[in-house]
Formats: sequence, structure tokens, C-alpha cells
Amino acid sequence: MLRLYVAGQTPKSVAAFTNLKRICEKHLAGQYQIEVVDLLVNPKLAKGDQIIAVPTLVRQLPVPIKKIIGDLADEERVLVGIDVRPAAHTGV
Amino acid sequence: MRSIKNSLSKTPTGIEGLDEVTNGGLPAGRTTLVCGSAGSGKTVLGLEFLVHGIEEYGEPGVFVAFEETEKDLRQNVASFGYDLEKLQDEGKLSIDHVVIERSEIEETGEYDLEGLFIRLGCAVDAIGAKRVVLDTIEVLFSGLKNQQIIRAELRRLFRWLKDRGLTAIVTGERGDGQLTRYGLEEYVADCVILLDHRVTEQLSTRRLRIVKYRGSLHGTDEYPFLMGEDGISVLPITSVGLTHTASKERISTGVADLDGMVGGKGFYRGSSILVSGTAGTGKSSLSMTFLTAACERGERALYFSFEESKDQVIRNMASIGLDLKPWIDKGLLHFHNVRPSSLGLEAHLASMHQIIKRVDPKVVVVDPITNLISSTDNSGVKSMLTRLVDFLKMKQITAMFTHLSSDGTALKSMEEKVSSIMDAWILLRDVEHEGQRSCALYVLKSRGMAHSREMRDFVLTDHGIRLGDNYMKGRNSGKKQHGAHAGAKRASSVKRAR
Repeated sequence: MLRLYVAGQTPKSVAAFTNLKRICEKHLAGQYQIEVVDLLVNPKLAKGDQIIAVPTLVRQLPVPIKKIIGDLADEERVLVGIDVRPAAHTGV
Repeated sequence: MRSIKNSLSKTPTGIEGLDEVTNGGLPAGRTTLVCGSAGSGKTVLGLEFLVHGIEEYGEPGVFVAFEETEKDLRQNVASFGYDLEKLQDEGKLSIDHVVIERSEIEETGEYDLEGLFIRLGCAVDAIGAKRVVLDTIEVLFSGLKNQQIIRAELRRLFRWLKDRGLTAIVTGERGDGQLTRYGLEEYVADCVILLDHRVTEQLSTRRLRIVKYRGSLHGTDEYPFLMGEDGISVLPITSVGLTHTASKERISTGVADLDGMVGGKGFYRGSSILVSGTAGTGKSSLSMTFLTAACERGERALYFSFEESKDQVIRNMASIGLDLKPWIDKGLLHFHNVRPSSLGLEAHLASMHQIIKRVDPKVVVVDPITNLISSTDNSGVKSMLTRLVDFLKMKQITAMFTHLSSDGTALKSMEEKVSSIMDAWILLRDVEHEGQRSCALYVLKSRGMAHSREMRDFVLTDHGIRLGDNYMKGRNSGKKQHGAHAGAKRASSVKRAR
């Protein structure tokens, strides 16, 4: 269960979403769910969910909560961040 | 013709003394940086700024807390009588606690702090806030790794605040060698205030200094301030003598003979009088006589006692025929007991300041100032007393300060320093002569009037203080005769001097 917080369709936000989708497809096929929260539409959630940076990816389960901020370009860091083992490589 | 530049408009803080030292308050629509070490009072200052803004100036405010929770903040100022919860319920105050948990966060790539902006914008719009406090924004630096982004976003934030015409306070921790740990002062160009909290020999001293205030005149001194019952109060140093209108009115000391020694009518209203003498010479009695004389005129009198309790003083004065109870009951005579070692010099000053403002007396006694003087470094004493004397003069309060001289004859340097601030100086001296101990009074100085140069017998009787003849009278006319004469004089109704 992953939640991506964005503030409108900024280049960073779009990049983050694209990167996230790609990473999930690769390593979490079928086991993930991405929810996108646009803070421009729902500003109150910024306070409620304690978000200050944009974009922020939040993995709520399993605990502890993990927050990854940035455009998620660095795949390895993202995986470490959300505590996911990279999927096994097949062949060369 | 060149137009005159408009002076910066200011937002009053409502904090006692601060608006005076800043000549009107903080720069309106701009951001002020308040920096200081932990516990120096930044958060309280920020909260007071908002609370006064709401209660006195009708300006709602937002407090963005990076370190403390809402509960912490409420408790923080509850003792000053501020009910934050009530203001929140009324929709005048908004508190947003921002949590940045470093362990939770991983940074990958580019980001900005738009989330923070959105939160702030939300809070400001919800209540129509005009004032904002960010305490302490440096937490961003310890929570997030990318300093470049943080700095860029801070610049953006201050522009954002300015664009919306919000008067803001940003707090920062004191750094080594620079004002703040992360150099926030670079971004905050308009006004920087430094709070200092020093503890020397278990006495705490708080000081405030305006480091920078672009476009405005400001005092450059360090002003002591106190976190008292009503929150922060800053003590402005007033220019000595410049704004006082000297009164021509003379008031009685309560001892007719003494009035006679000082130009025949007593001291000028608003003057400061030092009464010094060795132990047991009757300084307290003289000062209390002075106060009761004021009460008899229907004036409020305030007695700051650094040594004895109220009951002790009442009892002591009763023995010389001064009944204090009726004046106390009428609300004319006010007591304030102080433990000199419990507060720093500056704190004493601020505390006395507050009490004087509350009681609004016409005459004040500080008995004695000795402990204040000896309990701290000498350099601060003259400055502190100058401020106090100045403050009293401004309010046209006549003040008497007693001081215990350690040696009746030698004029110690401290006494000299102190006496130079005072308008008048009365000396009570213990004199031993032929096995008899007696007390003599003389007026060492009295500005603005002719005064007697005689040394007079100073006697405490059942009916108050009496000044005898010239001390030397009757002492030169032969030893035997003198001895008997003096003895007889002594025997009749003389009480142990206090």
C-alpha cells in the first residue's frame, strides 16, 4: 500500500509517479497499490499526514512508516526506502 | 523636490517593553529573526506575539511548531494566563505541529517543500491570519539532508510571507561564531533580535538585544528582561535625565528637623535619596518614617524589604511609635519581601519594575540595596541602579534607598558609585564617645538646594525619630559636665536603633 503525495502536475510529481510505477511493476508485480494524493486538491491532508516535502512517497504498511521524498529517480534508494528486496534477476 | 522616504511601518508586539525598545514593534509585513540558545525564551516570545496580536490588535495568528506539540505549547504559557485552547476554539489562533522524523525519511532526487507551503497557506486562509510564527525552522536542517533545497525553499518562504503581507517571526538556535546555527540571518534582512540567557553562580539573567533593524532607529543596548507572572517584560533603558520634568514640589521626610536640614522643606518630589550607615543606626526606621509621612498625605507608599519580613518590620516600627497597620489596611502602604539570592540582578530590576507599575506608588523605599550590590558583579550594579532610579524619576516617584556601610568612616568605592546616581545622601554614623554609643546624622549632599552641614544627634524615641542639637554642642563644654549631660539625655526614652 503506497501513497504518493503530489502538488499538482509538476514535472517532479509526474516523474515521481512514472518512476514509482516502473519500480513497482518490476519488483512488486501484483503486490502493490498506488494511491495518488494531490495536496492542491486536498490541502488539509498535508497537515493530517504530516507532509512537508513534495513529492513524498509514504509506505504505511507494514510499520514502521517510511517516507521517501524526491522524484524517486534512484531505484535502489527507493527500494531500500520502502524496504523491498529487489526481484530476482532472470538470466543475464 | 525629493519626497521624504516613508519610515518602515511597524507591528506592535504587545510585549511589555519590547515595543518601546523597537520604537513601535516589529517591521510590518516582514520577517523578524529571533535567535537564542535553548531556553532563552524564543517560543514564549513567539506565542506572546500571537496572543497579544489576537487580544489587543485583532490580528489572528498561526503558530507553526517544529519542536513542541500543541499540548507542550499550551502548558508553556498557561502559567502566564494565556489560554491557547480558547483562542483556537474561537478560530483566532491556529497551531500546526510539523513533525520531521529523520529516521522515517529517505531522500531520493529532487523535491521541494511545497507541502509546508500548502499547510501554512491553509492555516493562514482558514482564520485570516495576519501574524505567523515559525518555531524553530532550523529543524528542517536537522531533519532533511539536502541543504541546498532547504535554503532555496527558505528564501522562497520569506518571499511568500512578504507577498502576503504577513508579519512573521522565525526562531533559530544560537550558533557558534554566528548568530544562528545554519546562518538564517542571511535570509532575514529586516530585523534580528537576539535573546540571551546566562546562568552565573546559579543566578539566571535574561537579556535581549536588537542586532539589526533595517530602516529604524533602535536601542543598541542589551536590555534585561524577565519571564514573570505575566510573561515577558523587557526593561528599556531610558535616557538619563533627558525626558524628566524636574518637579519643584518638596515633600517631607516625616522628620521635621530633617526637613529643616534640607532647604527647610524636605526633598524634591521625584528625587532619589541614599541613606547609608552601619548596622543598627536606624536606616529602616528613617525610611519607614518617610513612607508613613506619604501615607499621611494620602499617597501610596511601597516598601521593598530585602531583609526583614512584613511582621518583623511592623513590630520594629511599633517600638518607635509608628503604627503601620492602619496604612496597610487602607491600602496605602504596600510591602514586598524579596529574597536577594533567589533572582539575578536583572530579574530583580524587572520584578520591581512590574510591582511598581502595578501598585503605582508616589514614594518607594528599597531597604537595603546592600545585598543586591554584593550579590553580583560590580559592573552591573551601577547600570541597574541607574535604570531603576531613572524609571522612578520618570514616574515622579520619590525614592529612598538604604545601604549598610561596612565601615562607618571609610567611604567605600561602591558607595561612591551608588551615591553619584542619587540626588541626596544622608549618612548615619555610630559614634562612640566616653563609653556611650550614639548616632549622628548628617546630610552629605542634596542636589539643587542648600543643606545643613551640621552633624546632628539622631535619636529613636517612643514617638518616632528626633534630631537633637548639633552633635558637638554640649560635648565641648568640659568633660565631666558633658558626660552627665549626655548620660541624662540618653536615659530618657531611647530605643535600640533599628
